[in-house]
Amino acid sequence: MNLICLSELAIGQRGIIEEVETEEQFRWRLQALGFRIGREVQLIRQALFGGPLQVRIGSVNVMLRRHDAAFIHLRAMG
Amino acid sequence: MKRIALLGMPNTGKSTFFNRLTGAGARIGNWPGITVDLLSAKILLGTEMVEVVDLPGLYDLHGFAEDEQVVRRFLLNNPVDLLCIILNATQIDQQLPLALQLRRLGLRAVAIMNMTDEAEQLGIRFDAAALAAGLDCPVCFISAKYGRGFPEARETLRHVLSLDAPTASPTSQTDFVADEALIAEAEKLIARSVKMPRVLEYGLSERIDRFALHPVLGVPLFFLALFLLFQAVYTLGTPLQDGVAWLLEQFRELGLVHLQAILPGWLYGLLVEGVYDGLGTVASFVPVIVLFFLGMALVEDSGYLSRIAFLMDALMARVGLDGRGFVMLLMGFGCNVPALMGTRVIRARGLRLLTMLIIPFSLCSARLQVFIFLISALFSPTEAPLVLLTLYATSFLIALATALLFKNRLGGGEPLLIELPPYRLPTFQQVVLRAWHEIHHFLSRATRFIVAGVVAIWLLTHLPTGVPAGGPETLAGMFGGWLEPLLRPIGIDQQMAVVLLFGFVAKEIVLGAMAVVYGVQGSALAQLTAQHMDWVQAFSFMLFTLVYTPCLSTVATLRGESKSLAFTGVSIAWSLALAWLLSFVFYQSARLLGY
Repeated sequence: MNLICLSELAIGQRGIIEEVETEEQFRWRLQALGFRIGREVQLIRQALFGGPLQVRIGSVNVMLRRHDAAFIHLRAMG
Repeated sequence: MKRIALLGMPNTGKSTFFNRLTGAGARIGNWPGITVDLLSAKILLGTEMVEVVDLPGLYDLHGFAEDEQVVRRFLLNNPVDLLCIILNATQIDQQLPLALQLRRLGLRAVAIMNMTDEAEQLGIRFDAAALAAGLDCPVCFISAKYGRGFPEARETLRHVLSLDAPTASPTSQTDFVADEALIAEAEKLIARSVKMPRVLEYGLSERIDRFALHPVLGVPLFFLALFLLFQAVYTLGTPLQDGVAWLLEQFRELGLVHLQAILPGWLYGLLVEGVYDGLGTVASFVPVIVLFFLGMALVEDSGYLSRIAFLMDALMARVGLDGRGFVMLLMGFGCNVPALMGTRVIRARGLRLLTMLIIPFSLCSARLQVFIFLISALFSPTEAPLVLLTLYATSFLIALATALLFKNRLGGGEPLLIELPPYRLPTFQQVVLRAWHEIHHFLSRATRFIVAGVVAIWLLTHLPTGVPAGGPETLAGMFGGWLEPLLRPIGIDQQMAVVLLFGFVAKEIVLGAMAVVYGVQGSALAQLTAQHMDWVQAFSFMLFTLVYTPCLSTVATLRGESKSLAFTGVSIAWSLALAWLLSFVFYQSARLLGY
């Protein structure tokens, strides 16, 4: 199955987290905010000039940078 | 005395709960094993005095952020009789793993499910019994903001604390190890005890964000909001300030002057022309400061700050920082010291140091007083807001330019992950309480530094005896004389040089010092100042005041937080050099242009 990066989602598109390939500290922080395998995420918007992404996971909205989001691999939906 | 520790993630309303539990009697104190200050208060719970400590918010116990280490070290070094775990009911799915982690420490605990008012609106339902069984501790459902369920929560705390169960304490760092199984356990518990609508819709927050985070409109809207906030503070604050100044002047003219007949001349001078004039000048700014902090509290509690981090991250990335750095600059508008402490959330040392290097350029409320005073003395009411805006813009630009210059030596990135909480309208009480905290801090600082400062200035301008007060033969005149070659090129005369010297201790002293140096206060001080300097000199003075070292507390905080003398030295030297250079360029070019 083809996986894409969280940073490659189109605005409004959803995906299911399949892999989180990042250093341990950041993975724990992601996990604490709900980024776990099998969870659904949605890209809400992104800031101008290569700015950060707003992502919704469950009831939580978070911002993260595009290059950090590249380490989160998803199975895209719809 | 038994001790309760409050623990929870950021954005759970932990501080609101703490404030409600303890009233306004909280004190900052030192704790074994940690170097930072924590808020604590002693309260009467049932028939027993109990100490309540507010620990920093954390995402998980084994995290590496400084705040998370602080919590670990606190728990290792300080006996805790009861852990009070605060949870945000609207995000229970994210928060349970932390609660379970905390339960594994073996301490007695009570879980406080906060923000149940919002959770209800979102259609989240809880099975209280299943949740309490899963967490193996009592669970209270409250809204700290509105006080709902609060008496019951308090009673539960008292009851659990009165049980004579042995409390275990975590004994080593290994008790904090991470556990993947925890997350599976949390998910099972959620499935058993919480009913959530499939997609949580924060309708209103989402609608606001469509504007607030709009790719094109977002940033202009932010600056518009900022401008309106300052405009409101200025237009509402200055008449109030004039009123207070007038009252203080009347009291002096009608009451204090009669002391002249009773007191010896030097004592009258010291008390009335020194302490009263100095303190009075600063006190007249309290209404402005109150308004300012009310505005800041409103913004901080609303959830807008993290949106600002989102909007500004791309810009800040170009100068080697991230969106949080910009938010901390904004916090610095109140006071630089807490803003510097706020950098603890940044783990990468270089990035943290770079952020700490730019915060002292943030135009804090103490500098704001000086500027409002000088601006209203020397500029017309129509020019005034523009001059103030120019100073705020300069403050931002210098901060960004400094970051750009130093980003190759310091700086460096770390993954950025910030929650964008739903917008909240803070309650009136919440805003007032927060603002009161800030004002209290300001007043205690002001009285401590200012009384000592104005007394010292009065002595300097009146010693040795037998020479004209404030003249070149006094100690102040001598200091001023030494500094003159350095300060004349930037248009600052001997008297103001002494004022600047004291401004190094705290900017709150500057106005008090001016009152003592000129020997008058209130409107007379404004008039006399306008006679002593023209607008070019005043602006040069303000530029210098804006850029050079904010105050001794900031220096101490820089030293304490960076744990590096070299860094602190660089920060002071850079700001002094830059202050002089900017004032020099401005003053000389303005004079060249014929102003």
